[in-house]
Amino acid sequence: MDLLSLFVRSIFVDNMIFAFFLGMCSYLAVSKSVKTAFGLGLAVTFVLVVTLPVNYLLQTKVLGPDCLTEGVDLSFLSFILFIAVIAGIVQLVEMVVEKFAPALYASLGIFLPLIAVNCAIMGGSLFMQQRIGLEPTDPKAITDITSAIVYALGSGIGWLIAIVALAAIREKMAYSNVPPALRGLGITFIVVGLMAMSFMCFSGLKL
Amino acid sequence: MSLSKKNKEAFLNPLTINNPVTVQVLGICSALAVTAQLEPALVMGLAVTVIVAVANVVISLLRKTIPGRIRIIVQLVVVATLVTLVSEVLKAFAYDVSVQLSVYVGLIITNCILMGRLEAFAMQNGPFESLLDGIGSGLGYAKILVIVAFFRELLGSGKLLGFDVLERFGYVNNGLMLLAPMALVICGCIIWWERAHNKDLQEK
Repeated sequence: MDLLSLFVRSIFVDNMIFAFFLGMCSYLAVSKSVKTAFGLGLAVTFVLVVTLPVNYLLQTKVLGPDCLTEGVDLSFLSFILFIAVIAGIVQLVEMVVEKFAPALYASLGIFLPLIAVNCAIMGGSLFMQQRIGLEPTDPKAITDITSAIVYALGSGIGWLIAIVALAAIREKMAYSNVPPALRGLGITFIVVGLMAMSFMCFSGLKL
Repeated sequence: MSLSKKNKEAFLNPLTINNPVTVQVLGICSALAVTAQLEPALVMGLAVTVIVAVANVVISLLRKTIPGRIRIIVQLVVVATLVTLVSEVLKAFAYDVSVQLSVYVGLIITNCILMGRLEAFAMQNGPFESLLDGIGSGLGYAKILVIVAFFRELLGSGKLLGFDVLERFGYVNNGLMLLAPMALVICGCIIWWERAHNKDLQEK
């Protein structure tokens, strides 16, 4: 039950976009059509699920207090190591996908390099780092590698839902008469604000 | 010391017609997340300005020695080092603010303003121009942060930098301003205002 609760919470309550504004740049830039938005959403989910468990192991086995040797706390290195792991894995994933799944590469290919600097990926790892220290009874706590994977999957799906929903709204919005100064970026911001407001109704969710 | 026209543009454009947040759409994540109060917004703006300026100079000095294929990784390492330094300084001298900013200090690494300026400017220009461009971009970013935070703190908790401003006039706080959605709406309104005054920026 705990895993299910973590999963649902990370999709709806702690949504990467609507609660923490993570990955906003590519979210606004690539949400003009549903098809490309879906591709980017899938790529983000995939990279989150691959990188987050690796960073979890790094944090708990190497960086955390007293992990490597008694009395050594390397947490201050986490920024550099996390971003190195993410950039490295993204490069690796790109090469593997290109070799073994050319069809997938053709649809995801252009997005993969972008993802290395997507805040949602780095943010996922940094939130995971914060959540390791929580009490095990806390529904947000990440206690082992399974829950790290579940958290990554939930966050990624939440991001995917958010970007596909925004892309669908923007496709319809092409037909509406928006004041000239508000066209494009301005109205998109306000639409995302309204979507975030509607997602707030999930915040009381209990499982 | 008088600046040449090009240098002046590098410094002033990001503050006005080429603002990183509202025109180039870069670095929005942190711009929205840390603006519930004015103090963390000021600290964040300052931190990003310092990091962009220094990273711009470092990359600009290295630009002839970095091989083209691995430049992104080199840039990330430079930025990550600077962010780690800033994060440790904040923890040492402004602990409360660093707790409020939580993960968003670390997320300066993936702030698109940094990568954008390094790729677009520092890789082609000398250290001094890059320094000016970095400071300009950082201040342009800080400007938007401060505007959004000003309205959110004033209307959301009736205070500015922790001092009562509206509360003494019997103002009832609007809690919605402190929540995530209003940051987006305020940012949308700033863009609306800017584009209404500058027709060149409007989209078709």
